[in-house]
Amino acid sequence: MLKYILKRLGLAILILLGVSLIIYTLIRCMPVSFIDDKIAQLSQGGATIPEETVQNMKKLYGLEDDSFKGIIMGYLNWLKNLCKFDFGTSFKYGVPVTQVIKEHMGVSFAVALIATIFEFMIAIPLGVTAATHQYSIRDYVVTILVMIGISLPSFFFGQLLKDIFAMKLGWFPPSGILDGTQSLTGGALLLDYARHMFIPILTVVILSIGGRMRMTRTNMLEVLNSDYIRTARAKGLKEKKVIYKHAFRNTLIPLVTSLAGLLPSLFSGAIITEQVFDLPGIGNKAFQAMVAADIPFIMGYNMFLALLSVIGVLLADLMYAWVDPRVKLS
Amino acid sequence: MTNNNIKGEDAVMEIKDENISVKNAILKGEPTQDNKIKLNLSSIDTRTNDQREKQNDEEELHENSVKLMTPMQMVLRRFFRSKLSIVGLIMIVALFLFCWLGPVIYTKWDSTEVDNTGKVEYTYTPVKDAEGNILFYQVVETGKTNNFFAKPDSNHPMGTDKNARDVLARLMVGGRISLAISFLSVFAITLLGVIFGGISGYFGGAIDNIIMRICDILMCLPGFPILLIVGTLVEAAGIDLQYRIYYLMGFLTLISWSGTARLVRGQILSLREQEYMVAAEAMGYSTGRKIFKHLVPNVMPQLIVQMTLSLGSMILYEASLSYLGLGAPEEYAAWGTMINSANDVNILQNYFNIWGPPGICIIIAVLGFNFVGDGLRDALDPKMRR
Repeated sequence: MLKYILKRLGLAILILLGVSLIIYTLIRCMPVSFIDDKIAQLSQGGATIPEETVQNMKKLYGLEDDSFKGIIMGYLNWLKNLCKFDFGTSFKYGVPVTQVIKEHMGVSFAVALIATIFEFMIAIPLGVTAATHQYSIRDYVVTILVMIGISLPSFFFGQLLKDIFAMKLGWFPPSGILDGTQSLTGGALLLDYARHMFIPILTVVILSIGGRMRMTRTNMLEVLNSDYIRTARAKGLKEKKVIYKHAFRNTLIPLVTSLAGLLPSLFSGAIITEQVFDLPGIGNKAFQAMVAADIPFIMGYNMFLALLSVIGVLLADLMYAWVDPRVKLS
Repeated sequence: MTNNNIKGEDAVMEIKDENISVKNAILKGEPTQDNKIKLNLSSIDTRTNDQREKQNDEEELHENSVKLMTPMQMVLRRFFRSKLSIVGLIMIVALFLFCWLGPVIYTKWDSTEVDNTGKVEYTYTPVKDAEGNILFYQVVETGKTNNFFAKPDSNHPMGTDKNARDVLARLMVGGRISLAISFLSVFAITLLGVIFGGISGYFGGAIDNIIMRICDILMCLPGFPILLIVGTLVEAAGIDLQYRIYYLMGFLTLISWSGTARLVRGQILSLREQEYMVAAEAMGYSTGRKIFKHLVPNVMPQLIVQMTLSLGSMILYEASLSYLGLGAPEEYAAWGTMINSANDVNILQNYFNIWGPPGICIIIAVLGFNFVGDGLRDALDPKMRR
């Protein structure tokens, strides 16, 4: 087991190196003059970027030296700083990249976490009923509805909900995370957060229910066809007990392991949803930084995402062995 | 009928001809103890000639009423039995007709044409001095110079957008971009996946290890942010923005073949141990022929299902990129670009006719492909047969 984990960790480092190489190559493909132009644009837009910061950045990424040796040195230098969790200073926001990520992760995390909880709470019962009533009207209705959910483009559906609930009905504020005109405290503050987050969360939940429900349904069907369920029925157990005590537990295995795979999506922020509702989350900030060619932020953010997905995959595999004793890691 | 059950060369020879009934083969082959053959008594024909003739007539009758089906026909029959797959197929065919035949029939407006028929009214107000003499006329121009933000009417069935272009014409032409790009990238992804997965699964060892590690890296690459970087790169390289979406989808293809490669590899790993591959080896076929002619066709069912399902997600990807402003520029409509205009609060609130239809088209396309993919999965998977 320990050997397995160590091997996987070594592999994870290899993967991260590969990802960093690809991202660094992409950034190096950008002409330096283009970067200068973008920085000038930012300065005109009111942001003040000290010349020193720009020079530091160029040194950090080795952008000055275009010879082969320079590129290699630039990459190694950047890697060295990466190991110290020094991603440099963002041009767009004027503070260290790690600080930007830390500050804006909260909103994204809250939205993603609440949405995930609702997603599981709704999708699992739906999947179980669809499986136990296979080929019935109930199965078809649920399947068609969740298929529509999967097929919705997030920006279109978000826009539509915003139009209906915020603009036409006026029940919820259309964008942002807090009402800036009032200073709220305590319960009122929490309520305001909730009101602002309602539509974004609704959007995310409806879009993601489909996949989870289909996963539950497939697993449940597989389990229901197995021999031990027939045995349970044959010895006269109540159908409820057969389904919820015997079948459901095995259905849970892949669902629980998929939780670990959700790790990246919990922290990385939903770029499009945050864009539609103008939430000050990490996805929104990243999008703006990328449009402005804010290199330190782009590099830092992408490495952060890659790190999360590597950890997510590793955790999923470990959890699989932990939840299901039949699985042996080797 | 496998060789184990029969002893005697001639019996095996007989079986090679598929039309010869198994009955004869069994009778010719000599049953022996060590092969543990049980002669199936019921298969020995003990009927009289009369009975046999009668039986033959009946069989002929029977044959006429039962249709023989090839495997393909069986798949198609199972596919069309499900109502959802028919609905999905109709949706896709309708969309294709709409996008490719639509602009041929609906020629009133071109997708980039601006409707200049706006009504401008001038009111002349004389400005007089104290004695009542007219000094000059004050001219006030009201109305719009071109017919922008027109509501749907007989002239523009879906109205016009903020630049006075016909929404219906843009919708049809925009669909061509979205659908064509998605098809191209799905085919390219499948091709790459089959090549890498096939090589990886067939050779195993170090090659397999390298390809699989590359797959791991590609899987951990954050797709959307990387594409945003590539979008900036394309802009920096000074490439005409009209073609940017093609570069982006091309890059997306390069980094998304890992799923297909894993699927193909997994199948081939189990297939290559089977007897028919030993036979292929004995026949001295070339490696390429063994992989692509004997192994890959056996993965086709799963591949077709995956291709159909990923067509939907590619359309969504393309639309999302367009929505974020990385797609074709405004004058070359794509569905995502058209929805992007709803970022303007005025359009969002008052002009559903501009951003609603492209969204509905995207939903129809993705839903259609998902229904068809689901139907195909049920039809192609022998385990789903009931």
